[in-house]
Amino acid sequence: MNAMTSDSAALINKQRTESSIEGVRSRASIKNLDFFYGDNQALYDINLEVLDKRVTAMIGPSGCGKSTLLRILNRMFELYPGQRAKGQILLDGEDIIDAKTPAAATRAKVGMVFQKPTPFPMTIYDNIAFGVGLHEKLSKADLDQRVEWALRKAAIWEEAKDRLKTSALGLSGGQQQRLCIARTIAVKPEVILLDEPTSALDPISTSRIEELIDELKSEFTIMIVTHNMQQAARCSDVTAFFLLGKLMESGPTNDIFMSPKRQETIDYVTGRFG
Amino acid sequence: MATTNAGRLARRLAVDKTIKLVSTLLATIALVLLAMILWALFFNGVRALGPHVFLNDTFGRPNGLANAIVGSLIQVGFATVIALPVGVLAGTLLADLGKSSKLGETVRFVNDVLLSAPSILIGLFVYTLIVLPMGRFSGWAGVAALAIVMLPVIVRSTEDMLRLVPVQLREAAYALGASRWTVTRSVLWRAARAGILTGLLLAIARAAGETAPLLFTAFGNPQTSFDLNQPMATLPVQIFNLTLSADADSIALAWAGALIITVGVLALNITSRLLISLGQRK
Repeated sequence: MNAMTSDSAALINKQRTESSIEGVRSRASIKNLDFFYGDNQALYDINLEVLDKRVTAMIGPSGCGKSTLLRILNRMFELYPGQRAKGQILLDGEDIIDAKTPAAATRAKVGMVFQKPTPFPMTIYDNIAFGVGLHEKLSKADLDQRVEWALRKAAIWEEAKDRLKTSALGLSGGQQQRLCIARTIAVKPEVILLDEPTSALDPISTSRIEELIDELKSEFTIMIVTHNMQQAARCSDVTAFFLLGKLMESGPTNDIFMSPKRQETIDYVTGRFG
Repeated sequence: MATTNAGRLARRLAVDKTIKLVSTLLATIALVLLAMILWALFFNGVRALGPHVFLNDTFGRPNGLANAIVGSLIQVGFATVIALPVGVLAGTLLADLGKSSKLGETVRFVNDVLLSAPSILIGLFVYTLIVLPMGRFSGWAGVAALAIVMLPVIVRSTEDMLRLVPVQLREAAYALGASRWTVTRSVLWRAARAGILTGLLLAIARAAGETAPLLFTAFGNPQTSFDLNQPMATLPVQIFNLTLSADADSIALAWAGALIITVGVLALNITSRLLISLGQRK
């Protein structure tokens, strides 16, 4: 049974940076994770090692739990009563979803970028400074430096440098999304979560974000949820396939797309359902 | 088949035309009535206007409205200072609690009742609460009554405006590690500020035009007074009193007062519209 089609072969060839995952250490360990929306269980016993400075893509049909998993990692679910997680997520040996760990501490280490660009109604500069100011007290000069650093990292410095003091709402959708990535980076997290970051963007903006992801993984551990399998194939080093709240299969992206082990994975990556 | 379809289309077009005609006619009647009121107000008001209206008190020569204008500004001003923080915080709490919370539902219901309560009841309430224990009518009692009139308007509009802020924006602020208070202050209020300000201006406009809650709270004062412990004049009450008198000068002065309130409220409404369009442009 060979799942490789000429299409998926072309996709793999287009992959930008082939990063070996051989011998790469795990940065975060998700252990025996269950999740509930009230009485409905949404995730069942998830176990996943998230590799350091690599991109892990999470794919699967709508409602499979992949976005839910992201929202557990930086404890977004705690905003909503009735949602609860059971299990452990270890980052540097510390359980980041344990109630004893302050949510703000977890969120400083695990940043998140959302599906739709979410610039705050303030200047471009203040958008970046907002997150930094929550966790560090920096001098004006240091803060200026940090803002520039983050904007450069997110590949938006050239477009933004002459309008730092103007409203961020004046940027285009793609620019806004890169600003949101810059805002997340500025806090210097260890892990960056991207929840379908390009689904609201045009193809050119999408390709810029994908290039950006490729550059960011030299410094950050990245997890991306995507509906777009080509995107998963292009951007990620590891792919995890979810179905009905269960992690069906995970492994090197090449293997998942070219020689998946489970029939469900084969069906999904070849487009037989989803 | 084709003919029946054509027949149906003709009938639909005819119905469409009739309804358009009827609604245009009704809208015209409403607008003409409004125009007539405004014309009468403008015509009679301008004739009575003059510097004495703004400079003289009730018993000045000639009679003026200075005491009422000053009284209205002071009392509406203090009422705003009281109602604004309470209203915005309550509205924020309601938006934060959401639709499903029991507490939120109760407070929202009570607020809606207050919003539609006859304003004379608010006057009676303050009369019992403040005027009776104090033993006299006072500017503070007027302030309290006006603040209660403004409060539900501000609560309602603040909640509605905050609900319009996209959930994603809220989550994005939390995702950076911000506390609930920081998210509210730096992101939610900022995103909704044009709307909240509009609600405030509407509340001020409403308070500025209220008569009933002031009749037996602030009562009125023929002289300009800055002492909130004493009875104080307001434009609507003064207009009411002037219209009760028989002489033509008083009636003319009442028109002038009505014109001043109308122009003031109109200015507030226009300002709020400008703020909304400014908020949308950004």
